[in-house]
Amino acid sequence: MMPMLRLAAAALAGLLFGVGLAMSGMLDPARVRGFLDVAGAWDPTLAVVLAGAVAASGLGTALARRLRRPVLADAFDWPTRTRIDRDLVLGAVLFGIGWGLSGFCPGPAVAALSGGALPVVVFVAAMLVGMAAHAALRRPRPSR
Amino acid sequence: MSTFASAFASGLLIGLSAALFLLLDGRIAGISGLVAGLARPCEPAWRTGFAFLAGLVLGPPAFAFVAGGWPAMRIEASLPVLALAGLLVGFGTRLGSGCTSGHGVCGLARFSPRSAVAVVTFLASGMLTVALGRVLA
Repeated sequence: MMPMLRLAAAALAGLLFGVGLAMSGMLDPARVRGFLDVAGAWDPTLAVVLAGAVAASGLGTALARRLRRPVLADAFDWPTRTRIDRDLVLGAVLFGIGWGLSGFCPGPAVAALSGGALPVVVFVAAMLVGMAAHAALRRPRPSR
Repeated sequence: MSTFASAFASGLLIGLSAALFLLLDGRIAGISGLVAGLARPCEPAWRTGFAFLAGLVLGPPAFAFVAGGWPAMRIEASLPVLALAGLLVGFGTRLGSGCTSGHGVCGLARFSPRSAVAVVTFLASGMLTVALGRVLA
């Protein structure tokens, strides 16, 4: 049984994320591009946002490592991959280009959907197409 | 509140969200991963992922309700550029297994070397893109 409590907890976590993004200025693509504009009028404020986020998330992670299982679920779903490979770097490069061009990364773009602005809808729709393209192109690795 | 204090406080809120999702549901609050997960409705984690994203979408209206106005959103890119950027962000975050939230907020907090490499790479790539745009403009 999936308790309602678990869904409510996930929704609450999502809501906090969205409120934090709205408060931080991350929903403003011009502001984000200002943060990336190190050669121009660099606005470092968003680095402070990331620092605060990593600090709180770090405390949560340290606490989670001491628990045998999460409070509402059966097991922790920790990422298992550790290899730094070409896909990781190439993916991050492509993501960075898209981020720099638009000023949107996935979180703020999805959160901003509630504003109903056409440019946001276009960006998110294209993002879904990009994700689907990756899923379609991914081939099982040849076994050797 | 000063700009930096308010920025740090909003960051804490985002980090608290990631901490809650991890402590309560055991999952990493990576938005690109959660969005991609929507395409797999058969998995048991689908419903909690959907609930998180629904909450995320309601975040800005909740903020607007309390703060008395929608946060600033100045979109400079044209629709074709946004479409191209969206394609790159969607494909790139899947290929690279994460975005600002999964690699940044969560991965750095786990001291994951993989995430550290991803964050440095997408920051550098984003900064280079903006700088190149400045030169070409």
